[in-house]
Amino acid sequence: MTKNIMIVGVGGQGSLLASKLLGHLLLTEGYDVKVSEVHGMSQRGGSVVTYVRFGDKVYSPIIDKGEADFIVSFEKLEAARYIEFLKPEGRIVVNTQQIDPMPVITGAASYPEDLVEKMKALGVQVDAMDCLSLANEAGSGKAVNIVLMGRLSKYFDISREKWEQAIRECVPAKFVELNLKAFSLGRGDD
Amino acid sequence: MKQLMLGNKAFARGLYEAGCSVVSSYPGTPSTEVTEEAAKYDEIYCEWAPNEKVAMEVAFGASIAGKRSFCGMKHVGLNVAADPLYTMSYTGVNAGMVICVADDAGMHSSQNEQDSRHHAIASKVPMLEPSDSAEALEFAKLAFDMSEEYDTPVIIKMCTRVAHSQSVVETAERVLPEDKPYEKNIAKYVMMPGNAIRRHPIVEERTRKLAAYANDCPFNRVEMGDTSLGIITGSTSYQYAKEVFGDKASILKIGMANPLPDQLILDFASKVEKLVIIEELDPIIENHCKSLGLTVTGKDVLPIEGEFSQNMIAEKLGVEVPAHVSLDEALPGRPPMMCAGCPHRGMFYTLSKNKCTVLGDIGCYTLGAVAPLSAIETTLCMGASVSSIHGFNKAKGAEGEKKTVAVIGDSTFMHSGMTGLANIAYNQSNSTVIILDNSITGMTGHQQNPTTGYNIKGDPAGKIDLEALCKAMGFNRVRVVDPYDLADCDQAIKEELAAEEPSVIISRRPCVLLKYVKHNPSLHVDHDKCVGCRSCMRLGCPALSFRDKKAVVDETLCVGCGVCQQLCKFDALK
Repeated sequence: MTKNIMIVGVGGQGSLLASKLLGHLLLTEGYDVKVSEVHGMSQRGGSVVTYVRFGDKVYSPIIDKGEADFIVSFEKLEAARYIEFLKPEGRIVVNTQQIDPMPVITGAASYPEDLVEKMKALGVQVDAMDCLSLANEAGSGKAVNIVLMGRLSKYFDISREKWEQAIRECVPAKFVELNLKAFSLGRGDD
Repeated sequence: MKQLMLGNKAFARGLYEAGCSVVSSYPGTPSTEVTEEAAKYDEIYCEWAPNEKVAMEVAFGASIAGKRSFCGMKHVGLNVAADPLYTMSYTGVNAGMVICVADDAGMHSSQNEQDSRHHAIASKVPMLEPSDSAEALEFAKLAFDMSEEYDTPVIIKMCTRVAHSQSVVETAERVLPEDKPYEKNIAKYVMMPGNAIRRHPIVEERTRKLAAYANDCPFNRVEMGDTSLGIITGSTSYQYAKEVFGDKASILKIGMANPLPDQLILDFASKVEKLVIIEELDPIIENHCKSLGLTVTGKDVLPIEGEFSQNMIAEKLGVEVPAHVSLDEALPGRPPMMCAGCPHRGMFYTLSKNKCTVLGDIGCYTLGAVAPLSAIETTLCMGASVSSIHGFNKAKGAEGEKKTVAVIGDSTFMHSGMTGLANIAYNQSNSTVIILDNSITGMTGHQQNPTTGYNIKGDPAGKIDLEALCKAMGFNRVRVVDPYDLADCDQAIKEELAAEEPSVIISRRPCVLLKYVKHNPSLHVDHDKCVGCRSCMRLGCPALSFRDKKAVVDETLCVGCGVCQQLCKFDALK
C-alpha cells in the first residue's frame, strides 16, 4: 500500500531539505520511494509542492486529489490551497505563519480569515503550530522545515532515533545540533 | 548500492559510467541538473556554452575527435540547436554522442509546451524516453553504444516529472572506452551538396535498420496483464497508467520514441481487445498506430495540453477516482515573483513610472510582467527583445523610439542578444537596449556565463566585457547604472530615449541570492511617520505588506536594498 506525503509552501522556504530527509529515511527503512520536486520559475516566491510517496512499489511520482495521507504545510494559505489532495481521513500538519502572496500585497485580494478553523470544519485532522517561533527557539527561523518533520514523525511507526540519524546524515555538520533541537521542539515530548 | 536519485542526476551518472568525457550545455529548466551533476565528476570535462547551438557543435567536435560527448538543453533549446542536429544526422559521429532534451508539459518554467519528439522524427535521429531515474541512468549508457553502432547522435528525451523526480537507482563503475582515432573523411564530415546527396540515403537506410531494431531492443517492453485493455505508453505516462490500471491492463511501454516499433505494436494490438494510447502532448504514437491501420483511443479523450496525472487518466478512461474534501472559498493565488532585493525591481519600477513600452526576454526578469509592476509587454524566446525592438521601431518610427526599450539579462544577451544588437548597429534603428546584468544565469539556479568570469566549476575563466563589446559593435552611448538607485535609472532612461542614436544601458548589480552578496540589515516601518499612502507597495516587493493601514516589513525577507526608502516621502522606512 503506497503512502503519500505532500509538502507544500512558498518557494524558498526549504521544502527540498524536508523531502530529502523523508526520502533518505524511508529508503533506509526498505521502502520503494519516489520524490517529485519543483525547480525553476515556480521557486521564485510562488506556491511550491513536493510529493513524497513510499510503499512496496511506487509508480507515479506525483500525488493526486484525494490521495495524500499527510499534507505538511509551511504556510496556512498553502495548506488550504492543496486540501483537495488530502484523503478525507488524512492529516494536515501546518505552520500557522502567514505569508502574503502578491495579490494580497497589492490589495487585489485579501488574505482569508480563520483558515485553520475552516479546514478543521471539513472533518480532516489538523495539527496547527507556530513553527517559526519554535524554529527561532531552536536557533534559526530557517529550521521551520525540521520543526514540521518533528511533528510529522509522531505519526510514523519509525523510531525517534532513526529520524534523528536521518537528520545527521542529511544536514551539514555545523547545523546538526540546531536541527535536532528543532526536530525535538516540533515533535514535543515522547 | 541502492540510492534515491534525481532523474537528471541519474542521467549524469549514466554519462559518467559510459565513459563520456566532454559535456557542453546551456542551462534550461528542467534539463539543467544533468550538466551540473556531470560537472561534479573530475573525469568529465564540462562547460556552460553561450547557447545550445554552440553546445551541440562543441559536442560534435569532441565526438569526431574521438571522445564520447554530451550536450543538454530544454525543449526550446533544441530549436536553437536544430541547425547542427539536422545535419549531424547526415554526418553521423565518431565516438558516441548523446543529446538530452527536456520537455516541460504543463509549462512549469517554460514559454511553450512543444513536443520534442517532432525534432527526432524530422531530423531522423533516434530518441529514447526514460520513465524514471533508473532508466535515465541505463538509457544514457546504452545510448552511447547505440550512437556508435548506428553512427548517429542519439537524443534522450526527459520530461519535468522524470527529470525532477527522485527514484531508486543502482550505480556501477565507470568504463572508459578507448578514444576512437580521428580520421580525415571529407565525404562524411563536409556537408556540401555533392557529399550530402550521398549521405542522405545512408540516413534513410539507418532509419530502416533502427526501425527493425526497435522491435527487439531493450528500450521497449510488453507487460501482459488483462487483455481486455491494451495500453501503449511511455515516459512518465507509463507510471500513471500503471498506477491506475496495475495488471488490469496489458501495457506496451515505449522507451524508444523514434523510430517506433511497427511489428511490436501490431503483435501487441493483436493480443488485446481494445487499444488506448496514453502519451503527453502530441498524438505521435497514436498517429503512428493509425498509419498502421489500427483503431485506437487517444486524443479523442485525453488532452493534448498540459501534464497528465493518475486521476486525470482515470477520469477520462472511466475509472473511479478517490473522494476528496474542498474548501468553499476562492483563495488568492500565489504566482512566482521577483525576490526581495532583486536588482531588476528598481529598473522595472522606473520603466513603469516612465510609461515605457518594454519588450522583454527570457529569465527571472520576465517576472517584470507581473502586477503591480506590469512592465514587460512581450516575451517570445531567447534574444527576441533586442531583435524585435528594432522591428518595432522601424515600424513605428520616432514615436516608438522615444518610449520603447528592450530588456535582456546578461546570460540571455550572450545566448542570442548579441546578434540582434548587431542588427541594430548595422541597420540603424534608434533603439534603447537595457542589459539587466545580475552577473549570473538566475532563473535556472545560478549558472555561470561568459560575462561572469567563472566557469561551471566556479574556477576563474574568461570574462567578456559588455561595455567594450557594445562599443566595438558601434554603439557610442553605453552607460552603466545601479538599479538600486532610482534617480540614476530615471535619468539614464530619459536621456537615452531622448538621444538621437541607439544606446545600451547596462543595469548592473549581482543577484541578491548569490552567496557573495552581502545583505544590509532589514528595514522597518516607523508607524508614527507612515501615513499609509501605499507608495512603497507599488514596487511589488514580497518583504512589504500592508496591515492596519500601515506598511509592514517582513524582517526575514528584507535585505535592506533601500529601493522602497527612495519612494517614501514621509521618511517612514528606516
